[in-house]
Amino acid sequence: MKKSLLGALALVLLTALPAFAADSIKLGFNIPMTGDIPDVGESSKNSAEMLKKKINDAGGLDIGGKKYTLEFVYEDNESKAESALSAARKLITQDKVLGIIGPQSSKQAVPAGEASNELKAPMISPWSTNPNTTKGRPFVFRGCFLDTFQGPVAAKFATEEFGAKKAAVIYDIASDYPKGLAEDFKAAFEKINGPGSVVAFETFTTKDVDFSAQLTNIAKSGADVLFTPQYYNEVPLIVKQAKSMGFNKPVLGSDSWGSGDLMGLCGDDCKGLFFVTHYAAAGAKGKTKEFIDEYTKLYNKTPDDVAALTWDSINLMLDGVKRMGPITGDMEKDRDALRKAMTSTKDFDGITGQMSFNPEGDHDPVKCAVVVKIDDAGKFGFYKSVCPN
Amino acid sequence: MLQSFIQNIFNALQWGSFYSLIALGYCLVYGVLLLINFAHGDIFMVGAYIAFYVCMLFLGKFGIIPGMPGWLVLALAVPLTMMLTAVVGVTLERVAYRPLRRKGVNRLYVVITALMCGLILEHANLALLGASRRSFPTLIPTTVYNIAGVNITNVKLGVILVAVLAFFFLRFVVVKTKIGMAMRAISYDRFAVPLMGIPADSVIVFTFVLGSGFAGLAGLLFAVTYPVLDPYMGALIGWKAFIAAVVGGIGSIRGAFAGGFLLGFVEIMVVAFFPSTLRDLIAFTILLLILSVKPTGLFGVARRTKI
Repeated sequence: MKKSLLGALALVLLTALPAFAADSIKLGFNIPMTGDIPDVGESSKNSAEMLKKKINDAGGLDIGGKKYTLEFVYEDNESKAESALSAARKLITQDKVLGIIGPQSSKQAVPAGEASNELKAPMISPWSTNPNTTKGRPFVFRGCFLDTFQGPVAAKFATEEFGAKKAAVIYDIASDYPKGLAEDFKAAFEKINGPGSVVAFETFTTKDVDFSAQLTNIAKSGADVLFTPQYYNEVPLIVKQAKSMGFNKPVLGSDSWGSGDLMGLCGDDCKGLFFVTHYAAAGAKGKTKEFIDEYTKLYNKTPDDVAALTWDSINLMLDGVKRMGPITGDMEKDRDALRKAMTSTKDFDGITGQMSFNPEGDHDPVKCAVVVKIDDAGKFGFYKSVCPN
Repeated sequence: MLQSFIQNIFNALQWGSFYSLIALGYCLVYGVLLLINFAHGDIFMVGAYIAFYVCMLFLGKFGIIPGMPGWLVLALAVPLTMMLTAVVGVTLERVAYRPLRRKGVNRLYVVITALMCGLILEHANLALLGASRRSFPTLIPTTVYNIAGVNITNVKLGVILVAVLAFFFLRFVVVKTKIGMAMRAISYDRFAVPLMGIPADSVIVFTFVLGSGFAGLAGLLFAVTYPVLDPYMGALIGWKAFIAAVVGGIGSIRGAFAGGFLLGFVEIMVVAFFPSTLRDLIAFTILLLILSVKPTGLFGVARRTKI
């Protein structure tokens, strides 16, 4: 086993060296090809392959008049934290990649980010919304917004769109994502509409199915809108029970609504509702539409938010490569140059929105969120984009 | 405030109905065999899935029979789900409990077998049907009646009504009929009953038919009320219904019924007036206090017979 591993390693090193000589840029992918969420890995790889083909077919990436071909190394992190860590180390030290795309979920991105930062290799996570991924790590970037941004966006949208003066929240107190987001929403909403304007802040516990008592309080509280940052299996129950409690006002959700089979479970009850997310496939325009059409043609399915964010993250890193100055071949120098170039990204025009990195502090993009309206056909259509401040 | 309170009483009656229906199944089997059928919560889950497939079939989703109107589907699904779930319950009795009973092993092993059967049902479902959740179809549109600020739906009323009827029906069967008398006789002395010419095995099978049938009914109603099904939906509610049956006085039909509603009532009221994190803490502290004052449960009587 060990021998064959060493052999494979040697092979990789041998093939890697001439590849570099032939003016190529090598990026690593730390993605879940197996494990709990193989769909996420598949979406990432699909996007990457599509982008690689597009650039390489055009003769490669043009840097200062010289063409470089792209070379991608895919490493499976099995959607486990420890595998993500070893994948990151392998990509950096053995495969000698210039930078890493991924991991996608925060569970893997937080530990992998630490390894990348230690080994001084730039990494960008397209999909991880946990603040800890980039916190205090100059080499780690991300391609999506943070949960601390999503809450205020929802609060702002609720206030402007529904004219809400009072809001209600129902969330699962035993899960970190909804809990954090619900608190962020509450703080932001009360900042806009004054203290006490979140008139009901109701909780439940994972696996609960009966929310009648909480929704009774919410219906009686006089709230104009209900915010619920829950997953696709709980949203239908909440929405249906809210109606049977006589609550006929808008219900607003977060990016967790977009995953899984929300419409299959919720049906007609969720039509006409809104949620905040990274991008919307239905009704997209311009560059985003081009990407969706091309992807759909190639893989026969609509790209999800992971695919779109991966596309943007790779482009963001390549944008840094273009601006980082001449490639010397000295890994340490090149990686630091890439980091510097990425740090000064300004108004990068991605398909999920415009991104800028703040030179000071953590590398979280300043970008707008998309509000999706579920239309009468059950499709997630673009409604409007809400930007910070 | 008063409106909220009345509204929550209805919420509690609905939620308690499910606990009661499941607790009745625990109670019947325990009453007759002194066996805590821990697979009962999962039989309830199987009932919900059976109801799902029965309804999809009658709605014409599988194309074997043309679609029927929702009310007719519901009317047909109730007896069919109860029968099919009863078959599952009886099968468990046949393959798991009866051989052990024949060998005359300690009741402890039968209880452990029951736990294992529950896990088998859960994971068989997971393996055969996958982890993705199913959405139960809407059979009858929910109508909300607003009476003086209190919102009651037709589904809610239906669930409460069915639970009450089920209680009276089971009580009638156990107290007034001949087979009920046989059930009570087995409960009293399992070894003397066959000597009197009563076919003990048939009576036990009948008990499982009743218990599982009503678990199936609970599964159907649960799916109508909370239309998202997953393979683990029976585990927690089954445990809680068991506790409700114990607090009510396990073995007593009145006790199981009252215990289920008591637990439902406490849970809903705690959530309505306190943070939901306190729900299980307060609910089970109250139940524990009841048991420490009256260890046999609210309606239970201490058994004096030696087994």
